[in-house]
Amino acid sequence: MLTNLSFEVRRGEFVSVIGPSGCGKSTIFKLAAKLFDVQEGTILVNGENISGQSGYLGYMPQSDLLFPWRTVSENVMLPLEIKGGVTKEEMKRLATETLEKVGLKDKGEKMPGELSGGMRQRAAFARTMLTGSEVMLLDEPFSALDYLTRISMREWLLEQYEREKKTILFITHDVEEALFLSDRILVITETPISKLESFEVPLGHPRTLRDLTRPEIVDLKDKLIDMLRRDDI
Amino acid sequence: MKNNARSNIPALIIFFALLVIWQGAAMGIDAAYILPSPIQVLEKVWELREPLFTAHLPYTLSVVVIGLAISVVLGVALAVIMDANPVIEKALYPVIIASQTIPTTALAPLFVLWFGYTIWSKVLVAVLMTFFPITITLFDGFKSIKTDMNDLLVTFGASKKDVFLKLKLPATLPYFFSAIKMAIPISIIGAAIGEWLGAQCGLGYFSRRMMTQLDGAGVFAPILILSVAAMILVGIVAILEKKLLGWRNEI
Repeated sequence: MLTNLSFEVRRGEFVSVIGPSGCGKSTIFKLAAKLFDVQEGTILVNGENISGQSGYLGYMPQSDLLFPWRTVSENVMLPLEIKGGVTKEEMKRLATETLEKVGLKDKGEKMPGELSGGMRQRAAFARTMLTGSEVMLLDEPFSALDYLTRISMREWLLEQYEREKKTILFITHDVEEALFLSDRILVITETPISKLESFEVPLGHPRTLRDLTRPEIVDLKDKLIDMLRRDDI
Repeated sequence: MKNNARSNIPALIIFFALLVIWQGAAMGIDAAYILPSPIQVLEKVWELREPLFTAHLPYTLSVVVIGLAISVVLGVALAVIMDANPVIEKALYPVIIASQTIPTTALAPLFVLWFGYTIWSKVLVAVLMTFFPITITLFDGFKSIKTDMNDLLVTFGASKKDVFLKLKLPATLPYFFSAIKMAIPISIIGAAIGEWLGAQCGLGYFSRRMMTQLDGAGVFAPILILSVAAMILVGIVAILEKKLLGWRNEI
């Protein structure tokens, strides 16, 4: 899937990776999360090879993967339980606090099945936050949501990013989503992936949906779409 | 609850209709040693309540409980090691499937030779018939777990033990309950067959003794008790399941 690929992400940066579906975007993430073994080359986080590290990143997959037998709050404290060294009360407190941050106050005692799709994604994000890692990998987290929910979830995610100042790597195939959220966009144009073309998004923080209508953003959007478009469809 | 009671009405109507037909047929044939009527069977249960409920039912139930306990331990152990190790899975799975082609009932007399008239010859029949559905159902449960969920736990730094306790165990609990609900009637049948073929006590044994006396109602009476016992046990497990697995309805 990948050959001779090299790229880097700066601390505190929000970077989106876009590319057509099935191009190997998720492979990059799974390699970084050590779910696939690296055959050749190295992945460094904080200047050190990930093979010797654990808990260096929080992975949020496409579907929320909340465990249906746990309450929302028990789901959110799962990373803490696994890491250990935290008392039950402390876990409860952290879970409640984090749920409040993501806008799920008072939803902790509910079962995941009682939440809407958007709320479930927020709970999954809260769970990722409690891994305590500086780097977050978000793999198309909003792709299963309806359009309107997706738009408000984007704004919500941006708020979270502006507050938490974590490094976020975000996979999507939605150009608009990438433009609205990121500081920088990496574009996949060919498979196997050997290079990622990088584009800075000329927008600061905070930003609004209206900013997407600025002429320079519209130009960039057209350019990206042209790059991604394939003739063989 | 009201709705629930109403939805049972068609089943109850069929049930009583069958009883009425049975009663009618039995009265028409009028030979209790060939076909006793349901009323005669109930009368027999009442008449023989002393030995049936104080000696034979407890004996059979102890066979069922011991057999179930061994089957659960064996089934869980087999499912867990097959899930943990693909080599063991490849080695054991076909053997377990093949074990079900053995006609246990035909071998049961041999068990009597091995274990005599002790409880163990019956327990063995019950176990041989019961461990299979438990093993296979649980194993399927393990296989049905989403690899994504497993991956997620791995990114949190979970060990194999964490994955087992936090994911596999709770995720297969519904399968476990289904397996138990299936296993209860099977182990009761196993116990009855074991007793039928060689025992000095138990409902299966009692039924056979009545057979030699051409007492039709006496053959049916212990069987009726066995079916009711199976229904009660399954009912208890179903209640437990509802209590423990409230989340199951919310998937």
